[in-house]
Amino acid sequence: MDDYLNISNKNFKSRLIVGTGKYKNFKECSEAIKASGAQIVTVAVRRVNIFDKKKPLLMDYIDPKKITYLPNTAGCFTSSEALRTLRLAREIGGWKLVKLEVLGDKKTLFPDMIETIKSTEVLTKEGFKVMVYCSDDPLMAKRLENAGAVAIMPLAAPIGSGLGILNKVNIKIIRSRTKLPLIIDAGLGQASDASIAMELGCDGVLINTAIAMARNPIQMAEAMKFAVQAGRKSFLSGRIKKTIYGKASSPKKGLI
Amino acid sequence: MKKINKVKIKINGRKRSINSKISLKCLLSTNKISLKKVAVEVNEKIINKKMINKIKIKNGDKIEIVHFIGGG
Repeated sequence: MDDYLNISNKNFKSRLIVGTGKYKNFKECSEAIKASGAQIVTVAVRRVNIFDKKKPLLMDYIDPKKITYLPNTAGCFTSSEALRTLRLAREIGGWKLVKLEVLGDKKTLFPDMIETIKSTEVLTKEGFKVMVYCSDDPLMAKRLENAGAVAIMPLAAPIGSGLGILNKVNIKIIRSRTKLPLIIDAGLGQASDASIAMELGCDGVLINTAIAMARNPIQMAEAMKFAVQAGRKSFLSGRIKKTIYGKASSPKKGLI
Repeated sequence: MKKINKVKIKINGRKRSINSKISLKCLLSTNKISLKKVAVEVNEKIINKKMINKIKIKNGDKIEIVHFIGGG
């Protein structure tokens, strides 16, 4: 049976979304995307460098016809900044599927959930399909669902921290209370973190720093691909019950 | 010699003085910016790219030209 990640009525074979920031150069970034098997990548909206026209462009290395660009509002600290950014992103080339991220604190980069919910409502009304970066709070996740989000993207830990999933219980609760795609966004550090996210029942993971800043980003991208696949299969297979005593794997019958 | 009228504008935060007759579309093409890869804002109003031909540049305009870059 085919197992797809469905976001806003579009199927993706890969459950791994990768960020395109922090790489040494676009070549490394594009090789890492290839190794990761990702079909969706996040991108940022910034000023064109009109004074240095020789600077390479992201679109020259990552073809938006082959890989789904997911414009992101990374770096926005208010609803109005985030809305402006995504409206501009839509004008670049008709992007409606977007990732909303409204930060509330420069030190932790935690999301400002009040601004985030407000922005989700406005963007949804404007026809955007909004995937939303959020705290790992089950009540906030529900509020986002009601505001029209097409995917809930709780943090595992602060952005770029590499700490892995800090509150597995909350992620499980969010999972049990929403049918929307649940994608862990931010804070993963290594491949096993991605497997754990998938084993908790998440539909996907979004990874940037853990790949881009690894000693070997391309190899880590591949490791993440396999980790997501392994975690997903493990989740679908149904794990055994935990017991505190041992249970022999070999039959007693015929013991010499 | 005929004097060329200049207008003072800001592009992506930098001050520039340009020919007053120039259109927004012309400004982009002279800077070798492909319209397909960018979005343009004039005085915080997003310009519909289909209408870009009709936009004239005025003195004091603040123009922002953005595109996609690598990000998380």
